[in-house]
Amino acid sequence: MKTIIRLAVCIAIMIQSQAYGQSGSMVKIEGGEFIPLYGTETAVKINDFYMDVYPVTNAEFLEFVKKNPRWKRSEVKRLFADESYLKDWINDEAFPSDRSPNAPVTNVSWYAAKNYCECEGKRLATVDEWEYVGMANEKQPDAREEENYNKYILSWYETPKTYKNEIGSTFRNYWGVYDMHGLVWEWTSDFNSVMIGGESRKDSTGDNNLFCGAAAVGATDLMNYAAFMRYAFRGSMKAKYSSKNLGFRCVEDVEKKAL
Amino acid sequence: MKNFKTSKKRFVYLFFLAALVAGVLTSCEKAVAAKENPELMKVYGESEAEMTAPPMVPRPVGKRAATKLIVNMEVVEKEMEMADGVTYNYWTFDGSVPGSFIRTRVGDEIEFHFKNHPDSKLPHNIDLHAVTGPGGGAESSYVAPGQQATFTFKTMNPGLYVYHCATAPVGMHIANGMYGLILVEPEGGLPPVDREYYVMQGDFYTEGEFGERGLQPFDMNKAVDEDADYVVFNGKVGGLTGENALHAKVGETVRLYVGNGGPNLVSSFHVIGEIFDKVYVEGGSTINENVQTTLIPAGGAAIVEFKVDVPGELVLVDHSIFRAFNKGALGILEVEGAENEKVFGGKISEGVYNPGTSVTGIVEEVEDSAPVAEMSMADKMERGKQVYTQSCLACHQATGAGIPNAFPPLANSDYLNADVHRSIEVVKFGLSGEIEVNGNVYNSAMPPQNISDEDVAAVLTYVYNNWGNNKTEVTQEMVKKVK
Repeated sequence: MKTIIRLAVCIAIMIQSQAYGQSGSMVKIEGGEFIPLYGTETAVKINDFYMDVYPVTNAEFLEFVKKNPRWKRSEVKRLFADESYLKDWINDEAFPSDRSPNAPVTNVSWYAAKNYCECEGKRLATVDEWEYVGMANEKQPDAREEENYNKYILSWYETPKTYKNEIGSTFRNYWGVYDMHGLVWEWTSDFNSVMIGGESRKDSTGDNNLFCGAAAVGATDLMNYAAFMRYAFRGSMKAKYSSKNLGFRCVEDVEKKAL
Repeated sequence: MKNFKTSKKRFVYLFFLAALVAGVLTSCEKAVAAKENPELMKVYGESEAEMTAPPMVPRPVGKRAATKLIVNMEVVEKEMEMADGVTYNYWTFDGSVPGSFIRTRVGDEIEFHFKNHPDSKLPHNIDLHAVTGPGGGAESSYVAPGQQATFTFKTMNPGLYVYHCATAPVGMHIANGMYGLILVEPEGGLPPVDREYYVMQGDFYTEGEFGERGLQPFDMNKAVDEDADYVVFNGKVGGLTGENALHAKVGETVRLYVGNGGPNLVSSFHVIGEIFDKVYVEGGSTINENVQTTLIPAGGAAIVEFKVDVPGELVLVDHSIFRAFNKGALGILEVEGAENEKVFGGKISEGVYNPGTSVTGIVEEVEDSAPVAEMSMADKMERGKQVYTQSCLACHQATGAGIPNAFPPLANSDYLNADVHRSIEVVKFGLSGEIEVNGNVYNSAMPPQNISDEDVAAVLTYVYNNWGNNKTEVTQEMVKKVK
């Protein structure tokens, strides 16, 4: 009898996890060239790739933790996640009652996010890939000079507790991706490759161009401010840190998906 | 009894400490050398810094020796009131704007524990102008939400210094309230005074105009254009008026630690009805005397001192004066005590002045505009309070008490309750000359209030339905009729 129950539970979990796998659908992002915030004259080339439509949810991460006990809060290695990892969870297998299963999972470390994506056969987006998709609004692939687009992002930075909102509660962008802005920050694979250090006013470092950009006026100025804060946030993080307002989503290379 | 014992114990302890310090300072040549070089100053013991929210300041350092001082500070992002009915998402040091006052002395070794609350959305840091070192500590204190950092520095120069957040975009972090003051007292402390207060000016940029209700987001464009909606003391309109007013007694010496967080505007700091006996110019060691208005740069500070000689309400303003009456840069210092007619005699005579010719100008006939729908009683009360705060409060005060001998009371006012039409006339067209209110004679001038009929109705309804008045509801129709 016990075996049967176990088997049933196992099957149920498998079906469920498959269901979650499907709900985490992806859309194709057509590659191209763009000049990121820190860019000089040279554009960055982005290849085609697939991106998750939504950030990973509490429910999805719970499934992952159940299947991979080494990522349970009580078992995780301190090297891979500090004390704030899943801090608000009631225990190893329950997120708090005031969080929706469909809200984005937060308080996860970079290592955990990276491993989650790898277990799905995916990876984290690079900063450039993320910024490339993130510069789209509803209608245009590059809305960075639109005043409203920038205002929307800046006002989100000042809105508390958006991590409690459900995925899909912000706009669907040009590529069909939701929640790039307005829900949570997101981990990227090379999150601190562009360093905004604690001293943001230095202009003697290699990041010189980053700060000269701030001298621009009008929409470009707003655009820089909006993006600045993402780079500043990333610059303040370490891979084992986690934060209440930081979640993640995964991407996949086109060639791999084709196989 | 217990208190007495402990204070006695403390006294004995202090006495020994003082003797020790005095001994060290007078007998030891090294200590004398150290006087000139804070770097070589020895520290004695360790203690946790007392931190205070504005307008209070921690106890003076007095004669204590340099010590190792532990400072704990936490960044909190939270929604607070900016004006009546207006809220704002402030970013704060320790939950107040300005942040906690830090009090140290020259030669102290500060161990600064800097924390960023886990609910924060953004990384933050602190740049203390009192620090000698890269970024004023900015780089060493850069912390992500839910993290903390510790750094140390030695206080090398006495003075009053600003601290602020220096995370990109710096302007936005400061504009959201991330500033405060740190005082480094000279050896032996500043001379003792009777009262000390902490006042800091800041300018705010909101999507809605001044007074527009609801949660107002930060407006980056206005900030770049330096077009401030609010210029306030201690973080909000009314941060130093009403129940937040400062207090002193006649004969006392008052010292204000005044900072200016900016981010943009320079303050022309002035106290109406006082002359600063002393100003520590720009918070440094130069003392200027007998100053009317002192300039406080954004990211700068000044210490001002004055003895209050007569009772009354002193008004703290930024004398770029529209900021005071239209954007909120106004505070009150209430002085209680006996009159001193030698210092201020008050009005001794009055009479009509009529030079016999009239000055003519262009009088514009304004056509009657279409009437606006009458507001509900509840809306009138709400709107009325807002209008009152903006147009009436500075003179008639938050409680309608007025100011004795200058501005008549609106609370329990026989003058108001006798004739509502006269009240409307006064608000619309102003009033000058002698009137009697509640048995006291007032003789000053009130200018006509340039506000809509709708607002006249609202503000008078608010006044009539408060402070023991006769609960008249004033309508736009009534206002319109008074011509």
